[in-house]
Amino acid sequence: MTAAPTWDVGSVRDALLTKKTSARELAKDFYAQIERRNPELNAFLALCPERAYAQADRVDATVANGDVLGPLAGVPVAIKDVISTQGVRTTCGSKILANYTPPYDATAIERLENAGAVILGKTNCDEFAMGSSNENSAYGPVRNPMALDRVPGGSSGGSAAAVAAGLAVVALGTDTGGSIRQPGAYCGIPALMPTYGRVSRYGLIAFASSLDRIGPFATNISDASTVMSVIAGHDSKDSTSAAVGVPDYAAEIEKSLEGLRIGVPEDYFGAGLDLEVKAKVQAGIALLEKLGCKRVPLKMPHTDYAIATYYIVATAEASSNLARYDGVRYGSRVQGTTLMDMYRKTRERGFGPEVKRRIMLGTYALSSGYYDAYYLRAQKVRALIAQDFANAFEKVDAILTPTAPTPAFRLGEKTADPLQMYLADIYTVTGSLAGVPGISVPCGKTSAGLPIGMQIFASHFGESRILQLARAFEKAGGFSI
Amino acid sequence: MKISREDVLRVAQLAHLELAPEEVETYRGQLDKILAYIGKLQELDVSGVEPMAQMRPQTAEGAHQDSRLTISAQGAAASAELELRDDVVVPCNVADAVLAEAPDAAKPYFRVPKVIER
Repeated sequence: MTAAPTWDVGSVRDALLTKKTSARELAKDFYAQIERRNPELNAFLALCPERAYAQADRVDATVANGDVLGPLAGVPVAIKDVISTQGVRTTCGSKILANYTPPYDATAIERLENAGAVILGKTNCDEFAMGSSNENSAYGPVRNPMALDRVPGGSSGGSAAAVAAGLAVVALGTDTGGSIRQPGAYCGIPALMPTYGRVSRYGLIAFASSLDRIGPFATNISDASTVMSVIAGHDSKDSTSAAVGVPDYAAEIEKSLEGLRIGVPEDYFGAGLDLEVKAKVQAGIALLEKLGCKRVPLKMPHTDYAIATYYIVATAEASSNLARYDGVRYGSRVQGTTLMDMYRKTRERGFGPEVKRRIMLGTYALSSGYYDAYYLRAQKVRALIAQDFANAFEKVDAILTPTAPTPAFRLGEKTADPLQMYLADIYTVTGSLAGVPGISVPCGKTSAGLPIGMQIFASHFGESRILQLARAFEKAGGFSI
Repeated sequence: MKISREDVLRVAQLAHLELAPEEVETYRGQLDKILAYIGKLQELDVSGVEPMAQMRPQTAEGAHQDSRLTISAQGAAASAELELRDDVVVPCNVADAVLAEAPDAAKPYFRVPKVIER
């Protein structure tokens, strides 16, 4: 099926320092792999070799001069196509931005390149990050490298598939309701959604501003930690980014788990959870107990209301954010006889069905006469869900759940029924609404060989705690339990 | 049935979407089903609950008391914590690059179909 990823951040660094390869050679090898595999996987939408080789040459010059290398020097990286890259086409997986080239870089991109990362290109995703299977991309679905007849998950399906197939060493995705964690679970790799405000959203093309977060995909926890240390931190260009110090995550993750309290909410293990997924996640939790954690049963009584809450809050924000695509300032335009006619034709032809569905749902929820019953009520329930987390973190240091109720489903299996598709995010949207960080780590496979993900939540800015648990789990063989 | 054809057309109008005739019934059925599911929010008693209007967690792990406060903190309290940058002019010479992305620009303007009839 797929060649397993062969490089990680550490091995790239060693190879550069011992002159076994150069950053340019490495980038060339990755582009050759992409050329070979991408026609089948459809993980990349655009490549930027000029930019990548220029960056690689800078890294190689640093090595030649014996200067200090950045923490991601020479590391080939893939970027979800909702994150702005100056001079590199950025479509958000939408027809309406088919020819859009951002005039500036997102802060996360700037920080990656300052750390020496080599950006290979932009990855496929559900249109405007709206979807759970990557089938809503205007540029065709991505295939799961672990099982080509299956979806890679969404919306960051291209980034997950690229890393899982070894076409990039690490990647950035974005998570609004599960869009990093769920594809991480489906493709069998670690995938971290940081705390809301931990990573600047400057240059991230908005879907739902109170939920959107940028975070990493990697093949191991050390790499995810390194990327986090690079991209996290306050940014004066994003007033919602938090002025909270950034730990050296890589240094924090080797600590012992002795005495940590892990909460297991029964509400995440009920009806609808695939039995094989349930068994593996329970085995994963048992392994953490063996490593010194104390298991604490939890109740999070508002869990069952999270999907309904999410699909009001997220669509309301989306209907507002996506009002900007009107054929005036950027993107495509369809001519009309009047200004209004032009707006309506441009949006009708430019947006795909899921985006239109969500814009309409959000517009409905915000419209006169329905606001109190839908949007205001959803914001109140959101507070209750956040309170469930706050109460839980009075008793525990982390919360353990499955990432998704099933393993990766087949392409086309859920496209006819939007509600069924939404329910694929049932265990991830809770943390999104509460603003807390969460990771999905590989936790064995089903009998059919499909990856399973286990989710770890911690309280706000508890990324170190999450990565520490994930690292111990990885070291003890949990990924292939 | 919660959603009528008229509702769909009204919402499409508000959202500046010109739906094809066959789309109207498709969206009507789908939105109806989704809203029926969302109806479960009505089961909860939310009296006395402050709506969570924004997400500005300010505290590091461990400070649970504080984090509890801030996640339910609203409006004034939360925005008081916003880090505003200094009121200093920063050069931002991107007008040409921005206009280059416009479907129809006549420097320094965006051009649109005629709005005002005289």
